[in-house]
Amino acid sequence: MLKTFPKGGVHPPENKLSSVSPVEVLPTPQQVVIPVSQHIGAPASPVVKKGDMVKAGEVIATGQGFVSANIHSSVSGKVLKIDKMPDSTGYKQLSVIIDVEGDEWDPAIDRSETVVREISLSAEEIVKRCNAMGIVGMGGATFPSHVKLSVPPGKKCDILIINGVECEPYLTSDHRIMIERGEELLTGVTIIMKALGVERAIIGIENNKPDAIENLTSLAAAFSGISVQPLSVKYPQGGEKQLIRALIKREVPSGKLPIEVGTVVHNVGTAVAVYEAVQKNKPLIERVVTVTGKDLARPCNLLVRIGTPVADLINFAGGIPESTAKIVNGGPMMGKAISTPEVPVTKGTSGIILFTEEEAVRNPSGPCIRCGKCITACAMGLEPFLLMTLASRALTERMEKERIMDCMECGSCSYICPASRPLLDYIRLGKQLTGKVIRERSHK
Amino acid sequence: MSSTVLITIISLSTLGLLAAIVLFFVARKFKVYEDPRIDQVEEALPGANCGGCGFAGCRNFAEALVKAESFEGLNCPVGGSDTMKSAAEILGRVAPEVEPRVAVVRCNGTPEHSPRTNSYDGAPNCTIAHSVYGGETGCSYGCLGLGECVDACDFDAMYMDSVTELPVIIDDNCVACGACVRACPRDIIELRKKSKKERKIYVCCVNEDKGGPARKACKVACIGCGKCQQVCEFDAITIANNLAFIDSDKCKFCRKCEPVCPTGAILELNFPPRKPKEEKEAKVEA
Repeated sequence: MLKTFPKGGVHPPENKLSSVSPVEVLPTPQQVVIPVSQHIGAPASPVVKKGDMVKAGEVIATGQGFVSANIHSSVSGKVLKIDKMPDSTGYKQLSVIIDVEGDEWDPAIDRSETVVREISLSAEEIVKRCNAMGIVGMGGATFPSHVKLSVPPGKKCDILIINGVECEPYLTSDHRIMIERGEELLTGVTIIMKALGVERAIIGIENNKPDAIENLTSLAAAFSGISVQPLSVKYPQGGEKQLIRALIKREVPSGKLPIEVGTVVHNVGTAVAVYEAVQKNKPLIERVVTVTGKDLARPCNLLVRIGTPVADLINFAGGIPESTAKIVNGGPMMGKAISTPEVPVTKGTSGIILFTEEEAVRNPSGPCIRCGKCITACAMGLEPFLLMTLASRALTERMEKERIMDCMECGSCSYICPASRPLLDYIRLGKQLTGKVIRERSHK
Repeated sequence: MSSTVLITIISLSTLGLLAAIVLFFVARKFKVYEDPRIDQVEEALPGANCGGCGFAGCRNFAEALVKAESFEGLNCPVGGSDTMKSAAEILGRVAPEVEPRVAVVRCNGTPEHSPRTNSYDGAPNCTIAHSVYGGETGCSYGCLGLGECVDACDFDAMYMDSVTELPVIIDDNCVACGACVRACPRDIIELRKKSKKERKIYVCCVNEDKGGPARKACKVACIGCGKCQQVCEFDAITIANNLAFIDSDKCKFCRKCEPVCPTGAILELNFPPRKPKEEKEAKVEA
């Protein structure tokens, strides 16, 4: 019996169409649009101006404050302008627009393919380097990694968890990284272990990726303290709290961080980014993006420069099929539809999915029939139907009592609801209202 | 038989009398003094409990009126100056003259003016749609058309126009309680001073983008060119964040700004038709 988390969860069809396609390098685009806010926390502040020449890997915006991240140029060329451009939500955001000229990299970056395993930096230097290189969580939440690499005073961390679950249907970027970049990944894990000062690390992988499990298990023998743990398939196993529960049977208390129970979770993509930053001096300027869809000519995994228009990725994969009704940025469960394919790829873009009409259109919502399926599906033990009602009536006090802030917006409730009620839509609204009340109270 | 009836009547009457005496003393002992004027003032208020005054309901507002030193800053938008005057009479004070206001929707992004680039199929709620994405058009400031303001209106003063996909305000019913203003996540609705004959002149746009992108998203967007500001003689027009705003307290309805607007973002409503230009020029020549 394989390990998994006990409470809730759903089994959406996996549809991992691109799991066998090796990562291909997408040609550099003609122009990139790099938003200054690609992470959770304060937006970075631009340090280049119109007309400046930049090299790939050069800092173009510096992080403001502790929870923030530097932004680097992903290409070499000339800064066309610094202006507000629509991001994937359709809202305009301050971005640096660069016209690409050639492909000249910052000479400090080691672009050789050799894997460097000896770690010469100290723990503090590792944290500092990740901060300078703009490393953020690559799983989609884009939380600045240097914050999670330093254990806060008074807390103790005894085990590191590496998230290779990739429980979202369709997405395969982490899967390909685990197969193709295993050694770099494991070196990255060792670096994170050194930064945190822990002796043990577990890589959790769902057993629908046997090739990745096999590859990492055989490679991990050469690294001390790292083990690979296969998990049975269940969504949302990639959620931090679910993964911790599944792997080491510790419950993170409501409203607390994993460090409370002596652990930290990082994504496999982040581990590779940390490796590149520390060993190769390479900032986070490109990432692996899955481009997929049932009617897409060539579902694939692409290594893409940050700031590349999504349209370029889709064209590389065979163009937008006739049947496309919705383009989603991220996974099908947690991702968000984009209003135009002209928006850029950012640090958090794990996948681009083109849904057909049949898949994309939401069923008309009916009245709640009190079947309780949403409660069974919720991995956090919440009551989604109740939270929806409370949210539509703005009863913040009651919502707080019902732990609405514990919701990680995985979408299992909306997925399972036989009446197709927009549960998560309203819970998000409720979280907004409740979060505002909580913030106001803490400011007093 | 008759004695049973008698005993019942006597015992119940005694019990009733005893309870009445106890209640009389309890009521006197625990009496809470309440200004009788609060009831009178409440009587004079409309009783809609809409919250337009900024208080929880009419009684709450009546309490505030009785307690307040002056009526400054206190106004019942629903009842208007008549209500305030009668409330002032009860309290022996003078109500300041408050000009009546009316809500206006500052967006003209009809499907014709602002072509739809995508379609939204999430929960039919403006706040949710607003927090998820920019909207069905290229304009991320304009009306989302899901009608949260209409739901918020307690006075049947709003409806959604199915052709323009925008909310419409019925001026006669609007009491300027501000419920729609608070409901709109995009601050599109504004309370403006009511003028005679329901005349209105205002910038019907809230897009803060620069001219190019704003115009690309919507034909009738304000591009912040400043022409209206130049012709205004009353300093009523200000430009901030690429957007013009006509202050309804300063505007004298001279109608000079509307013809100079290159995009037609300034709307004037319920005015008599302008005299044709040729006629005017001919008169000057004569």
